Amino acid sequence: MQYIPNILFVIALVAGIGYFTRNIRKVIRNIRLGKDVDRSDNKGERFKNMAMIAFGQSKMVRRPIAGVLHVIVYLGFIIINIEVLEIIIDGIFGTHRIFGFLGGFYNFLIASFEILALLVLVSVIIFWIRRNVINIRRFKTLKGWPKNDGNIILYFEVVLMTLFLTMNAADLQLQELGADHYIKAGSYPVSQFISPLFNGMSEGSLVLLERGAWWLHILGILVFLNYLYFSKHLHILLAFPNTYYGDLKPQGEFDNLEAVTNEVKLMMDPSADPFATPAGDEPEGEPEKFGASDVMDLNWAQLLNAYTCTECGRCTSECPANQTGKKLSPRKIMMDTRDRLKEVGDNIDKNGSFVDDGKQLLNDYITAEELWACTSCNACVEACPVSISPLSIIIDMRRYLVMEQSAAPSDLNNMMSNIENNGAPWPFNQMDRLNWSNE
Amino acid sequence: MSETVKVPTMAEYMAEGKKPEVLFWVGCAGSFDDRAKKITKAFVKLLHNARVDFAVLGTEESCTGDPAKRAGNEFLFQMQAVTNIEVMNAYEIKKVVTACPHCFNTLKNEYPSLGGDYEVMHHTQFLKSLLDEGRLTVEGGKFKGKRITFHDPCYLGRANNVYEAPRDLLKKLEVELIEMKRCKRNGLCCGAGGAQMFKEPEPGNKDVNIERTEDALETKPDIIAAGCPFCNTMMTDGVKNKEKEDSIEVMDVAELIANAQDL
Ligand code: SF4
Ligand code: SF4
Repeated sequence: MQYIPNILFVIALVAGIGYFTRNIRKVIRNIRLGKDVDRSDNKGERFKNMAMIAFGQSKMVRRPIAGVLHVIVYLGFIIINIEVLEIIIDGIFGTHRIFGFLGGFYNFLIASFEILALLVLVSVIIFWIRRNVINIRRFKTLKGWPKNDGNIILYFEVVLMTLFLTMNAADLQLQELGADHYIKAGSYPVSQFISPLFNGMSEGSLVLLERGAWWLHILGILVFLNYLYFSKHLHILLAFPNTYYGDLKPQGEFDNLEAVTNEVKLMMDPSADPFATPAGDEPEGEPEKFGASDVMDLNWAQLLNAYTCTECGRCTSECPANQTGKKLSPRKIMMDTRDRLKEVGDNIDKNGSFVDDGKQLLNDYITAEELWACTSCNACVEACPVSISPLSIIIDMRRYLVMEQSAAPSDLNNMMSNIENNGAPWPFNQMDRLNWSNE
Repeated sequence: MSETVKVPTMAEYMAEGKKPEVLFWVGCAGSFDDRAKKITKAFVKLLHNARVDFAVLGTEESCTGDPAKRAGNEFLFQMQAVTNIEVMNAYEIKKVVTACPHCFNTLKNEYPSLGGDYEVMHHTQFLKSLLDEGRLTVEGGKFKGKRITFHDPCYLGRANNVYEAPRDLLKKLEVELIEMKRCKRNGLCCGAGGAQMFKEPEPGNKDVNIERTEDALETKPDIIAAGCPFCNTMMTDGVKNKEKEDSIEVMDVAELIANAQDL
């Protein structure tokens, strides 16, 4: 009988981690639905970016208030989770504060956790106020699930931190009572002020309180872990690979489509052998589709971008099109891509492989009107704290509209036929190109 | 153009068996747009004055393909690129300077993988290098002490991280350089990029160039300096819209330097 808590604990742990692993595998599978793109170069620079941008949060602090608060929550979160290691060992072996033997160092650790927990609580409350009370447009424009998601995670943090401090406060009382099993360990700079609330409680109730908080805390962490998959909070994991695999080219450089290069070469060079296999991995017979109308046409780095997006809206708040009332929102481009990718993934889960559902990213999620409003200014790319490029998706979708559907706005069609015929976007004759020099 | 300045073409150089120091890529706006032609001429005067041995492609130049590429027409872009690269490689071009950030970005970043590898400079970078080498003098003249704000072109700034060259030149004019609240990497677009120049904007509640002009007007400038023919048009329209064209001029950095010297 005495092992029942240990067994229950192991079951909870295995279930929690198991379900999480299963979902993460789905994320990886879905990302792999994207086309190949080579991001295996410049490992040193990539590591540096990951260290600076994801770990060092260098782009977060460009907006100092939100940035500093975020750093506190982030550091607090990581460091307090060292405590989870002790909880897991205690839980499996039925020990209590197994690292207590570290003495002074243990006191230091617990004290830092408590102070961080308090700072996290304060930051999270400020975050909540920013999201719900203060009129910040990038948060106000979130509706429905994304809005709730943002708040749920804040409530989670509040509950977890409160449980952690309650657990410590009850533990402190028990230590002072000299209760069996509750060794004297740790230093409690924050919970010592909570502890007096429990004065006069019997030892039995205190144990119940301490155990209750302990269990809810660890179960809460497991639930949190599994919540990530359904939430924008996946970024706490994916920010690392995403910044590592980010685009290293100058922001102004758009990729040159290789399939097009091959065709252009054939057109320009009549002596080229049309049957020579191009360098690309074109499947036999099927002509390559130009641009993107659905998530499978994007590359895996773009799909990783979509799962990483934190929905913070920094991109949209910098976007000139959005600021002037156009429908385009780079955040929405990323959220739509993720939603559609999730839908495609669910479709695969249900049917074994993707079965056409009559939907696609273009039109069903992102409209042509949004795509045509982009000035390709890169403000969104610059603003994103986790190296996402909404612009690259916009351009790939424009490519589909123009090259597969000839669906450009008529003004742009005029511009393009001018380039084709006169070598300039306006109807001027190429032979007049030097006239300025003697005007 | 004044008789003293001759604009040689690559073909003429080739005929003489010579090669210029640098190719001046004029671009479509610089060749055909009335406002941008003035920038082209100002820059040519500066090149001439600094005794730079330059040439243009003239009628052999064709659109880089930038607007087609940003509009999604990769075919047209690559056709343009391959044609231009063929011409430039035939002349064994090594170094290119252009007064258009869109041409600059495309030539510098997107031509190499198609076979066109050149050292490409924006005209503000090139002028800065002439200044550093002592070939060009920049002095305040009539602009001394004027309030000037510089609008960062997206394709020069964020796209290629060039923020200082134009500012260094402006400072040399002994002007009062005032930054807009959104500048450098946070600079707001003028609204022309991504082929927007060639179409009507999508429905919204304001035009981007008006929003940006308001940023500029907040600095109470005498002159709004630009480094891109398209930004120039957008800001000029914005200033007109605000009925400020009598008190505020929109000028390219090259024009400012040339005018200061009464060239
Ligand atoms: S690149 Fe396009 S989507 Fe991104 S900020 Fe600029 S206009 Fe908006
Ligand atoms: S793309 Fe980047 S900046 Fe935009 S909402 Fe997502 S995380 Fe934030």
